[in-house]
Amino acid sequence: MLDLQHITKVFNVGKATEVTAVQDITLQLNAGSYTVLVGANGSGKSTLLNLIAGNIYADTGSIRLHNKEIQRLPDYRRSQCVARVFQNPLLGTAASLTILDNFRMAALRRSRKWMKLGMDRTFTQIVRDKVSTLGMGLEDKLAQPMGTLSGGQRQALTLLMTVMTDVDVLLLDEPSAALDPRSAREVMEIADRIIQENKLTALLVTHNIGEALRYGTRLIQMESGRVVRDYNQQAKSELGHADVVSWFDYYE
Amino acid sequence: MDFYVAAIIQAMCFGPLVIGLFLSMKIFNIPDITTDGSYTLGAVITAVGLAQGSSAIVTLFLALAGGALAGSCTALIHTRLRIHALLAGILVMTALYSVNLVLLGRSNMPLLGYMDIFSGFGVFESPDHNTLSVLLIMLAILFLVMSYLLRSDFGIAMRATGDSEPMIRAQGVNTSRMKVYGLAISNALVACSGSLMAQFQGFTDINMGIGIVISGLGAVIIGDTAINFLKVRAISVMLVCVLFGVVIFQLILAAALGVGVDANLLKLTTSLLVLFIVALPRMGGILQLSRR
Repeated sequence: MLDLQHITKVFNVGKATEVTAVQDITLQLNAGSYTVLVGANGSGKSTLLNLIAGNIYADTGSIRLHNKEIQRLPDYRRSQCVARVFQNPLLGTAASLTILDNFRMAALRRSRKWMKLGMDRTFTQIVRDKVSTLGMGLEDKLAQPMGTLSGGQRQALTLLMTVMTDVDVLLLDEPSAALDPRSAREVMEIADRIIQENKLTALLVTHNIGEALRYGTRLIQMESGRVVRDYNQQAKSELGHADVVSWFDYYE
Repeated sequence: MDFYVAAIIQAMCFGPLVIGLFLSMKIFNIPDITTDGSYTLGAVITAVGLAQGSSAIVTLFLALAGGALAGSCTALIHTRLRIHALLAGILVMTALYSVNLVLLGRSNMPLLGYMDIFSGFGVFESPDHNTLSVLLIMLAILFLVMSYLLRSDFGIAMRATGDSEPMIRAQGVNTSRMKVYGLAISNALVACSGSLMAQFQGFTDINMGIGIVISGLGAVIIGDTAINFLKVRAISVMLVCVLFGVVIFQLILAAALGVGVDANLLKLTTSLLVLFIVALPRMGGILQLSRR
């Protein structure tokens, strides 16, 4: 499905601040897998996610999706097949636009935005049905600007927007990190449900060990730009909280 | 009374300009100073076109195209070379001064005696009423086109570009290209205003664009205040608020001149008026502070 071959990314080449964020990573994500990525700050998780999304380009290596090279495509072209949810709940939606407008853009993620009115009754009904599955009562507020909603609500809607049209890979960049514990759990449950219902290939970056153990079919740990641990579903289910915490204890 | 009719006609000539500035400043969040140059460019193209014997409609479209070209230049400098939009605008505006001077061939050109866009319409006896009718029709068309555009899928993508770039890039939109389209449309409208104003006042002057961005901004801010005050959410109503803003702004200026402000102090008055409008929402805070 998604195939990363010998990806290396160095920032600030030749300067005193030179840092190798990702070092020769080779990684395959199988179709329908839900991979969880953990690692200390600066271990290269976010860089890896940005490399897949196309915000930054790799120095060497290749990224293939469905056996098609995508590493030279800019982010807005890649977003046709790669959807993402940001850590900052405010980034994933446009605050001054209504919920309906935001969903309209999401529905057109794979296509051009022509100069025609696309907001008809059928579309509104589709969005209303989708939004009502969240159980947040937002289906009656479709004409409200996004900016009037809470971070948790916006993050939940961002998640829902990713499946308004077909998506090959879903990238979740610490989607619950900026939320209160309850909203965080809600958003993670919604993400899990959406991924399972739509059989998505997903990659979740998280600092929350509880989340890392509860969700996903595979667990990967990164350190200094490399993959140092890789557990499949079987091995992951046998891991305990303390085991994962011990991965982060360097001083013992 | 005629004095105020003239102010309203002038405000309506500024109609396309304020819609354009609303697009660049409020929707795209880009402070676009190209305006001063593209406004004059529209007037210059109109003067040259009419003098060459082109029809008023053709010259209007040429002016629109000229403005769009100027706006694209600013947007390309801003997005391709990653130069601050303010600087990109100033660069293009400065360059346009020479372009305008070369096109016009001199610094001032009267346009009396040509078949301009207002002279074809002769329903009423008073020429002012005919001019008002032509402008009303044009503004109605502009309003319908712009409110359709901004409600379309393309328009939503435009509004999202100014709102949250990461969001709309994640939805497959090339934001750099969107900014080029946006500033092109915005400056085409500004040039349209320049063209209308030149035909209304009967001459084109190389300096007529100086400070025009401030007049437009004043109107946009009045419109924006109305939008916030009335909690407007529909984009078409926002356009109405902005058009309403320009009429108010020009009437206040006319009133200032009417009570005897020296015409030489017009730009100073304009600036102070805009400063006053910008500062007004902050005055409340200062008053509360002094009470503490």
